[in-house]
Amino acid sequence: MGKQIMEASHAISEAVKMVKPGVIAAYPITPQTHIVEKISEFVADGELDSQYIRAESEFGAISACLGASATGVRSYTATASQGLALMFEVLFIISGMRLPVCMTLANRSISAPISIWNDHQDSISIRDTGWIQLYAETAQECYDLTIMQFRISEHRRVLLPSMVCMDGFVLTHLYEPLDIHRQEEVDDFLPEYEPFHAILDPKQPLTQGPIGFPSHYMELRKSQIDATKGSLRIIESIFNEFSKKFPVEIKNSRPDDYRVIEEYKTDDADIIFVAMGSICGQIKVVIDKLRKNGEKAGLAKIVVYRPFPDDAIRKALYNADKVAVIERAISAGANAPIFDEIRSLFYDDSRRPNIRSFIAGIGGRDVTLKHIEKIYYMVKEDKGKKEEWMF
Amino acid sequence: MKVLIRRQLKEKMIDFEKVRLKVNDKDITIGCVLESNGSTSNLKTGAWRSKVPIVDLDRCIGCGTCWVVCPEGCIYKREDGKFESNLDYCKGCGICANECPVKCIEMVMEER
Amino acid sequence: MAIMGLPEEEYFSYGHRACAGCGAAIAIRLITKAAGKNSILVEPTGCIEVVSTPYPETAWRLPWIHGAFENAASIASGIVAALKFMGKDKDINVVAFGGDGATYDIGFGHLSGAFERGDNITYICYDNEAYMNTGIQRSGSTPYGAYTTTSPSGRMSIGKKEWKKDLIHILAAHGSPYVANASIGYPIDAYNKIKRAIETKGPTFVNLFSTCPTGWRSSTEKTVEIAKLAVDTGICPLFEIIDGKHVINRPKDISNLIPVEEYLKLQGRYKHLFKPEKKEGEIAFIQKRVKENLKLLLRCAECGL
Repeated sequence: MGKQIMEASHAISEAVKMVKPGVIAAYPITPQTHIVEKISEFVADGELDSQYIRAESEFGAISACLGASATGVRSYTATASQGLALMFEVLFIISGMRLPVCMTLANRSISAPISIWNDHQDSISIRDTGWIQLYAETAQECYDLTIMQFRISEHRRVLLPSMVCMDGFVLTHLYEPLDIHRQEEVDDFLPEYEPFHAILDPKQPLTQGPIGFPSHYMELRKSQIDATKGSLRIIESIFNEFSKKFPVEIKNSRPDDYRVIEEYKTDDADIIFVAMGSICGQIKVVIDKLRKNGEKAGLAKIVVYRPFPDDAIRKALYNADKVAVIERAISAGANAPIFDEIRSLFYDDSRRPNIRSFIAGIGGRDVTLKHIEKIYYMVKEDKGKKEEWMF
Repeated sequence: MKVLIRRQLKEKMIDFEKVRLKVNDKDITIGCVLESNGSTSNLKTGAWRSKVPIVDLDRCIGCGTCWVVCPEGCIYKREDGKFESNLDYCKGCGICANECPVKCIEMVMEER
Repeated sequence: MAIMGLPEEEYFSYGHRACAGCGAAIAIRLITKAAGKNSILVEPTGCIEVVSTPYPETAWRLPWIHGAFENAASIASGIVAALKFMGKDKDINVVAFGGDGATYDIGFGHLSGAFERGDNITYICYDNEAYMNTGIQRSGSTPYGAYTTTSPSGRMSIGKKEWKKDLIHILAAHGSPYVANASIGYPIDAYNKIKRAIETKGPTFVNLFSTCPTGWRSSTEKTVEIAKLAVDTGICPLFEIIDGKHVINRPKDISNLIPVEEYLKLQGRYKHLFKPEKKEGEIAFIQKRVKENLKLLLRCAECGL
């Protein structure tokens, strides 16, 4: 289809246009509003034949998506921070009902104090809700992952809702060159949604959303958790298929092959960074600079955070001496969440890298190249506190 | 030029056998979905009642008032056009007796 | 086949776990008969949702979905949009029904949103005047002077201090083409209103007064009688607002109203108005206000409002 310079938000809108959802529910919240505004233009001009619901709140928006998905059509919404927090109970309900609702999350920090700027507190805080979480670093990744998320969610052995997380402002409002795929090829990769277990149709009446007494609740939840864990394999194979079908057109816009953990120069690295989202771009720049100085640094970028890809992370970090986990969210009263998850991965292993926790970029504070270099040398020289806040 | 592509949407039916699975030897379904087949009729709520409705069929005029107001929907029309309660499900609330225009239903303590 | 003008088919099966004498269960039978086979039912959390779907059993014989407590109207909007997308929206009714807790209070904003958007849904509130499923707590629909566990009567309290919220006029103000007040005490009238609401294009609402013998502490056999008395005392007048114009069905004037006391004394939730001593002043206040409200309604109809 061609290459265009496009705002990453609009890249998402473009992807949504190409996957042709049946119902889109929109409620504005900074910084995702550009996404839904562009989509509403597509609908108004007849470029996208979807039903567009202007919801009365994010709760209304996600509920409308629940209804549409339960009826048997593809549904989509986008939100951030406070909006995601407002959707909280419905997120559990949708994953419990195994409805493949897809959303874009523009990562934004959570009130109080109110902040419209970027960190990962919103998506990290809902990691238990059963939604698949994918994190994008560039505009191209936003576009590609959005196309892939529908295929993943609607897969008959997955049937779970998913969100593509993109950093608010830093990525949503960033203009980058984008390789837009051909509609026929997207249609070929992503056929029409075929409901596997849930429709609302008088011809085949079904009851959805019953009450689950203690006699059955645990088994129902186990089956959902088994599917969540099992979805990782399927995500990997869909990533492979996509990477083969849509090779890289713009250098450095995305990895050659999408993987659940993107490994950047980790093979011989002594110190490996672990991070998610757009700061990985900065980290790669710092790694290249460090490597020129003879330092063996690498990055394990988390693309799929839920389900947690333990084997892939373990494989990426296995040969490192030290690991620096840089994260943009906290778990109040406990260790930083991703740090804890990675550390416990290695608990049973005889050989464990030394893992350090770094909190950076909270509330939209810039994460600069200097910050990342400082982290590297702190880890190399074993300096600093158990949990370092990079102000 | 961007082109609008309208698709032909297929009729979508669910193969419900594929929706069933067993976890811990218990029969469950994907996404807690159920077929809307009125299966609560497995529970015979008639066991709940203390009083049972006795209908004097000679005086019943077959108006259907009792059928309209029964919360269980367990009153049915007989072959002869008169109405009777399905005692497997009747909870003995007594609304039918209270509303009957000819007062041909009596609520009587049930002997068990 | 029809009995008293109602279709014979039952879409809400017996064996459901509702209390004996449940007024809401009568309401649901009327709603599902009016909706008919080509319908999708949407329900919020509440008594009926819980008693009708004890997994792995279900009382429903129609497509039915429950999401959360407050979003039945939003889910219904999503379903209508999905049907429009599939080109099936003309053939299938989307009918949402919830209790007064879900409708008047927690679901109020979403109901307003769906009505403001003009989505083609019918919403029926089975109004038993409190949060019954959680054990009889006060809602916006609870009437003045009624006992609930969160507005109990006592030395310092008359029960609920506020008059019942007037949801019907609020939704009429959204420009709905049809809103109505109905009661299970007049079930055929209720059925006809629900049918009309479903057949009217656009967002429509019926408030369906449903006795709850458990919550109102009334005798189970008097469920329908009490709902009828509510109408005949003027407490719950049957009326419609059709394209913004009032039509009062019953009572048609204030002269022959049954005194409210006849209605109040049948329910344990008003017991404190009679014992240990009769609170004549409170009962008179209720009587006066009921008459005034009815007068106002009748005046609206007279003036073509």
